Amino acid sequence: MHKASILIAVGIFCAGTAWCEEGDIALQTSGTDIKNIESLQRGARNFMNYCSGCHSLKYLRYNRMAADLQIPESELPNLMFTSDKPFDGINSAMPADAEGWFGRQPPDLSLLARARGPDYIYSFLKGFYADKSRIWGVNNLYLQNAAMPHVLYQLQGSQKPVFKNVPDSGGSARMVLTGVEPMTPGAMKPEEYDQFVRDIVNFLDYAAEPIKAKRQSLGVFVMLFLLVFFVLAYLMKKEYWKDVH
Amino acid sequence: MALAPESAGPAKGLIGWIDARFPLTKLWKEQVSEYYAPKNFNFWYYFGVLSLVVLAIQLVTGIFLTMNYKPSSAEAFSSIEYIMRDVEWGWLIRYMHSTGASAFFIVIYLHMFRALLYGSHRKPRELLWIFGCLIFLLLMAEAFMGYVLPWGNMSYWGAQVIVSIFSSVPIVGQSLVDWIRGDYYIADATLNRFFALHVAALPLALIFLVIAHLMALHEVGSNNPDGIEIKKHKDAKGHPLDGIPFHPYYTVKDTVGIAAFLLVFCAVIFFAPTFGGLFLEEPNFAPADPLQTPPHIAPVWYFTPYYAMLRAVPSFAGTQIWGVLVLGAAVVILFFLPWLDRSPVNSIRYRGPIYKVMLAIFVASFITLGVCGLKPPSGIYPMLARICTVLYFGFFLLMPWYTKYESVKPVPERVTGHA
Repeated sequence: MHKASILIAVGIFCAGTAWCEEGDIALQTSGTDIKNIESLQRGARNFMNYCSGCHSLKYLRYNRMAADLQIPESELPNLMFTSDKPFDGINSAMPADAEGWFGRQPPDLSLLARARGPDYIYSFLKGFYADKSRIWGVNNLYLQNAAMPHVLYQLQGSQKPVFKNVPDSGGSARMVLTGVEPMTPGAMKPEEYDQFVRDIVNFLDYAAEPIKAKRQSLGVFVMLFLLVFFVLAYLMKKEYWKDVH
Repeated sequence: MALAPESAGPAKGLIGWIDARFPLTKLWKEQVSEYYAPKNFNFWYYFGVLSLVVLAIQLVTGIFLTMNYKPSSAEAFSSIEYIMRDVEWGWLIRYMHSTGASAFFIVIYLHMFRALLYGSHRKPRELLWIFGCLIFLLLMAEAFMGYVLPWGNMSYWGAQVIVSIFSSVPIVGQSLVDWIRGDYYIADATLNRFFALHVAALPLALIFLVIAHLMALHEVGSNNPDGIEIKKHKDAKGHPLDGIPFHPYYTVKDTVGIAAFLLVFCAVIFFAPTFGGLFLEEPNFAPADPLQTPPHIAPVWYFTPYYAMLRAVPSFAGTQIWGVLVLGAAVVILFFLPWLDRSPVNSIRYRGPIYKVMLAIFVASFITLGVCGLKPPSGIYPMLARICTVLYFGFFLLMPWYTKYESVKPVPERVTGHA
């Protein structure tokens, strides 16, 4: 491993600990629903337009997505920016050595919703605030010193950080980041932006486990079968045990 | 017993042909249809057969996972996602296997608790108990190796932490760790050998020990909730008066238990396969990354009681070995249970209040240790873990005294009631 990746790892580790320190900032509830097909379709569109330039979903195939999200095969080419084969995984347009641009390679997001939870992604996409000290001019409330620029800036507008003076054990005051508030409006109203982000998060939740909706609906039938089986097994046991005294 | 099967002379046809060459009918009779089990088994006696059911689930699903899994550090993580997304029913097979691992420990822990309740470890069942302890030990190794295979970030760092435990062995520690890993860090070679052990060596040893466990059981006969010997009272044919043939009575009864178990098992598989991050941990949905430590490394829940003990012991005289010794002793002490218990009675029904209190403290401390092991070692948890470690060992080490001198209730001659 070369030095750069070690430095990045240290950076991520520091970011991680910084985030832990800010742990009192609770995540926002995403309110996603993987059974809402329209939301998933909008999320897929939003993802392809705003995210897939940098982030791949390599474990999700285009045609699987089309089938699950009821997107007609004829529409699929409009969503396929990096491939012409419907059975390919969703790749990003990012070259493999994009590390130099952002400080780290934009991660694959196939399993992000399972690794960090939908609420985290939802909060993260709403947590950007202006910070002149950062290379992209933004920092994130939920991941301090995040490497990602605020891609949705034009839609959301910009936010500024809110600090609070907190006395530490030594008696001197310390500035603690407690939240963000709107600074300049974007193209979307706040509710519209929330829904926009929610759709993306919903789509990522689906992408992390495409079978989830089917698994749950199938589970109902499995439980019903087992309930019937349990009753029959119990009646059989009762019959056999009549003569045990 | 009314329905004791009458022997109708030697079998004819195909069975007869086989019987002349292999003891098929003899085995069936000895082990199943004429194996007399006490008629008063209760709820706690389901967990033996359930561990067999889970073993079968793990073996069968494991075979199908092996068909699609790639044991290489470059491909392992992706091959799991391939199973989850592209293999027909692969997601179901994988969730059965991952949920089965946790289910195995749940049923085994309850099965062992049953022994503590009714004295199933006591004479003449000491060897049966020792086989069981060996199965538990192997199961821990099997589960640990299996947890590394998905090659997620928690797999990687969990393996890192657990394998480095061996580095505290004096003098040879570091060489020992290198030998286990087959490399200077957890790497492809480690994954390969863990795969070999997980799918071949350990399951073979497990199956062998399970057979030995069952043979020992059928030799001495099952204990029961009264902890008394049913062989003392036999009818004219030599069958225990309080015994009933395992088949059909317990085969039909166990079917009910298996159905109930499957209801819970399938509820987890279909509605909560990660079980809130306990059965499948969130950091393991990110691929192994030697440069990025998860915020908090903890083993899977079934190891956390022992992990908490490991962490609870402070280093002393410049070495961490004491925690490792305590961890080892916590498992090894189980083997000595038959000789630590000096009570004149077996079952908790006839023991005095001291054993009941000690057992309750033991269970509470074991569960508390499990919680401590899941939490970061800060706040009250290190102290809590230390107290519970002392209580855990206290249950065993004080047993020769509190079981010997406490007053017990008179034991009945025949078993009391049946469910």
